[in-house]
Amino acid sequence: MTLTTADAVTFHPTSPTFHHLGGLMSRMTGAEKHGPAASSTLDVLWVLYDRVLRVTPETAEDQERDRFLLSKGHGPMAYYAVLAAKGFIAAELLDTFGRYDSPLGHHPDRTLVPGVEIGSGSLGHGLPLGVGTALGLRAQGLLDPAVWVLIGDAELDEGSNHEAIAYAGAAGLERLHTVVIDNQSATHGWYGGIASHFATAGWSTVTVDGRDHGALFEAFTRPHPGRPHAVVAVVEPKN
Amino acid sequence: MRERFISTTTALLDEDPRVAVVLADISASGFDGAAAAHPDRVINVGIREQLLIGATGGLALAGMRPIAHTFASFLVERPFEQVKLDLGHQGAGAVLVSALGSYDWPAGGRTHMSPADVALLDTLPGWTVHVPGHPDEAELLLRDAAAADGLVYVRLSLQSNAAARPITPGRFLTVREGRGGPVVIAVGPVLDEVLAALEGVDATVLYAATVRPFDQAALRAALADRAAADVVVVEPYLAGTSTPFVAETLADRAHRVLGLGVSREELRHYGTMEQHIAAHGLDAASLRERITGWAQP
Repeated sequence: MTLTTADAVTFHPTSPTFHHLGGLMSRMTGAEKHGPAASSTLDVLWVLYDRVLRVTPETAEDQERDRFLLSKGHGPMAYYAVLAAKGFIAAELLDTFGRYDSPLGHHPDRTLVPGVEIGSGSLGHGLPLGVGTALGLRAQGLLDPAVWVLIGDAELDEGSNHEAIAYAGAAGLERLHTVVIDNQSATHGWYGGIASHFATAGWSTVTVDGRDHGALFEAFTRPHPGRPHAVVAVVEPKN
Repeated sequence: MRERFISTTTALLDEDPRVAVVLADISASGFDGAAAAHPDRVINVGIREQLLIGATGGLALAGMRPIAHTFASFLVERPFEQVKLDLGHQGAGAVLVSALGSYDWPAGGRTHMSPADVALLDTLPGWTVHVPGHPDEAELLLRDAAAADGLVYVRLSLQSNAAARPITPGRFLTVREGRGGPVVIAVGPVLDEVLAALEGVDATVLYAATVRPFDQAALRAALADRAAADVVVVEPYLAGTSTPFVAETLADRAHRVLGLGVSREELRHYGTMEQHIAAHGLDAASLRERITGWAQP
């Protein structure tokens, strides 16, 4: 690996930067068909874990932690790379990706991987689980932890998402956040734009460049009193 | 039994801060008082059954003990993948409480009949299945389920036995001991019809208000002194649902098993619950004929 001057300044063995994620991802092989989907989430995942989510390997079981639910379980290489970069899993584990005894499958399993909040793979399960998580935290008086759910624009086809979007808006679930990775892969697209489908249900919405870390951070941290918040992160088209 | 579910769950909400009830409009008005007292723990998601189960899974992951409720058709069959993935696969515990069962509202037709609910849950690991035969049993089993951590299905019905039995959750109860003849397992609300059917017939009757886990020890004990192992299971849902569990229990000895319950074919009739019970051959006269005609002399 060649380090640039900038890398050399910030590099520390225990705190990898965004530029190290590519190297971590290259340790995983065997899911080539999921490759583009994996990298579509990379910038969003990094900004969330590096600057937004209040969760560390030490607080991964703490009731006060923020929850990140990867609903779009396809192409989890970027997710595993970020979890390794942040110390939730050992980087050596990445070499075992997809093997029989590995905890790292081509779709994640929460019971096998520290820091993984839900098992996913079948599309359309994360947002309803996120609604219940937000309700459960509120019912216990835990009003501070945020719940984040990552879904894809094609995943939005699943009707279960729309049950969750409509209810969360009506219930004003302020601690629920959704980031939609929009790589324009939904077969029939979204008439009126993805954000409008959240906005008409009462959500706060913002649409940003899914590769622009500064814009993502601003969108993730924008206040949204009394309403759930949706960030549509637009990246280059899948095809 | 549904009224007892509402009153018991309302009490549980007062007693246990871990308990939350999740509804999809069905029975919601019964919880108006509880919702006023516990607005964050009485959750009605509207007519959204995928969300009903998904949110139930999320509540469990957040540390609550959720009780989800609607008609069996919409609780188990419609959101079955959510039951599989949002509960079991996540390692989340929950209590699912259904109403209407197989034939409770026949005038409502096939859309509101769920004779396959227990068979579907049998394809998944870890489910406890309670089928109370009386409102008092429903309360006991519901309280037991709420105090536990795992996956529990409570199947409520309008069909009911005249009296509650002194059940222990998870165990079959011997209600009649024969000197010979078959061992008949009556599941939940069919017990009274089974006892009426077997009047004057030599048979042992086991009562199952909990059918999963299947009480293998009770069945083996009931058959211990018999030369022949003839077992009849009468269930208020799909016929034969428990037959594989009898076969597994008796894998080491020759046996015969007769599984009686709701037929797989649609009746395509309306009418009353009593008419449907008779049409499936689950009334006392039909049961007597079917069981004595099958039993060995």
